[in-house]
Amino acid sequence: MNELISKDIKRNKTRMVKIKVEFLGGLDVIFNKERVHNLNVPKEDPVTMADLLDFIVETMIANKKDVEVFLENGTVRPGIITLINDTDWELEGELEYVLEDGDIISFTSTLHGG
Amino acid sequence: MSEVDAEMRAELAALKLENAVLRKQLASNNNKNGTSDSPHPLSLEEYRRYGRQMIVEDIGGLKSQLKLKAAKVLVIGAGGLGCPALPYLTGAGVGTIGIVDNDVVDTSNLHRQVLHDSTKVGMLKCESAKQVLNKLNPHVEIVTYPVRLDYSNAFEIFEKYDCVLDCTDTPLTRYLISDVAVNVGIPVVSASGVGTEGQLTILNFQNEGPCYRCFFPTPPPPTSVSSCSEGGVIGPCIGLVGTMMAIETIKVIIGSYTSENFKPFLMMYSGFPQQTLRTFKMRGRQSKCLTCGDHPTINKEAIQSGSINYELFCGSRNYNVCEPDERMSVQDFEKHREGPNDVILLDVRPSHHYEISHFANTFNIPVKKLRNMDGSMAKLQDEIPRIKQDSEVVVLCRYGNDSQIATRLLKDEFKIPNVRDVKGGFFKYIDEIDPSIPKY
Repeated sequence: MNELISKDIKRNKTRMVKIKVEFLGGLDVIFNKERVHNLNVPKEDPVTMADLLDFIVETMIANKKDVEVFLENGTVRPGIITLINDTDWELEGELEYVLEDGDIISFTSTLHGG
Repeated sequence: MSEVDAEMRAELAALKLENAVLRKQLASNNNKNGTSDSPHPLSLEEYRRYGRQMIVEDIGGLKSQLKLKAAKVLVIGAGGLGCPALPYLTGAGVGTIGIVDNDVVDTSNLHRQVLHDSTKVGMLKCESAKQVLNKLNPHVEIVTYPVRLDYSNAFEIFEKYDCVLDCTDTPLTRYLISDVAVNVGIPVVSASGVGTEGQLTILNFQNEGPCYRCFFPTPPPPTSVSSCSEGGVIGPCIGLVGTMMAIETIKVIIGSYTSENFKPFLMMYSGFPQQTLRTFKMRGRQSKCLTCGDHPTINKEAIQSGSINYELFCGSRNYNVCEPDERMSVQDFEKHREGPNDVILLDVRPSHHYEISHFANTFNIPVKKLRNMDGSMAKLQDEIPRIKQDSEVVVLCRYGNDSQIATRLLKDEFKIPNVRDVKGGFFKYIDEIDPSIPKY
């Protein structure tokens, strides 16, 4: 019985949240030119957007010098629009938003040319 | 009389007859054009001209056509976005269109700025556009402003219009246009594009919608801003976005959007790999916004007095990281090219630039790649086997900006003391030494 419970806890600890992350507007340059990434983010407690940003910085940005292209002062750099399921993250709680399976998170640089 | 003469006479007679009919039509149109005794609010020619759009049910018929005729629209920038937007707005019968642009047509504009052509290189873009638009639709009044939009002239221009299209290319003008539009109380159809992508939104809709500062309270770092001349741009991609601007403008004018159904949005077009168009739901007006929030400080007085410093707010890139003695002129560079062979000539432009046009006997390591070597001489020697700490290196890029950054890297991180860059870069060399080299 005890063994079962501990197995259960173990399974919970290694659970993943499955999401899709996109880097648009030229941001893909710091992600090996891959625009779309399917991610399994390890899940202990609920995974928030803040956790996702850490995960991206730790596991996806190969060159640490590129981190400043993506983050500034612990959040997404000014000029990058962050979308949670095609909705401005400002409407979804920004860093505190809790990710769910199937979420699509998009980051896009603002373009200025004309 | 020869057969040819007879033919010509017959043709002349036919033309005379046609001319007479046209004159009659024109006279009757002019009679009925807006005069109080006319039973029609548009001329007969205008009914024919706009018929195909008036019969589209979504448009709303004659009533909407009259709204278009009464509308005054200001287009800022007659470039990649303005060029496709302008003829559609003119064709649709917007009554008055102002064009602000102080730039002149350059050959490098022509692949996307479709109102201009090869015979107009050097002409003001606003005048070039006006020539085409006047021919397209003589019912539209085209007003040109060959000035650079700034804090001192913006209000005077904006106050004459009902709607503004932001077809500009820098964060600075985007903030200025949004700030002035909020203070004048008109909406902005705002778009941008670079490479294969574009974005489009409507700002300050009915003085309720968010403004540019609501979306972007803090400007991006200047180093992250890419222009069309730097990042490149695909003509039809930016063209589609400009065309979408015209559609949004027509919807704003005829009242398709209302304060009930308008929801802040940002459209994102991608031309590659598969074409996609997505509409993102965006934040509304921000109560903390300095321009349109509850306690605005960016008002007409502050803008016009120059106390809102847009240059300082948006910042600029500092390329000048080399001392004068670390740089050489293109003339000195020419001597080096002809001099001893052991001088290493390093071109730090991106590889796809280098492939278009470059000097023989140069090495190509893009500045980004150089930076990522972290000062490792071994990695540098993988690319340039003969380079050593005591080598003489001359660095070159397109305009002489990246080459300064590369010079700093080579001196400070790779510890190669004898490095200089070429002032003005490859393009200045082409201009001053050898114009037979392809310049892109």
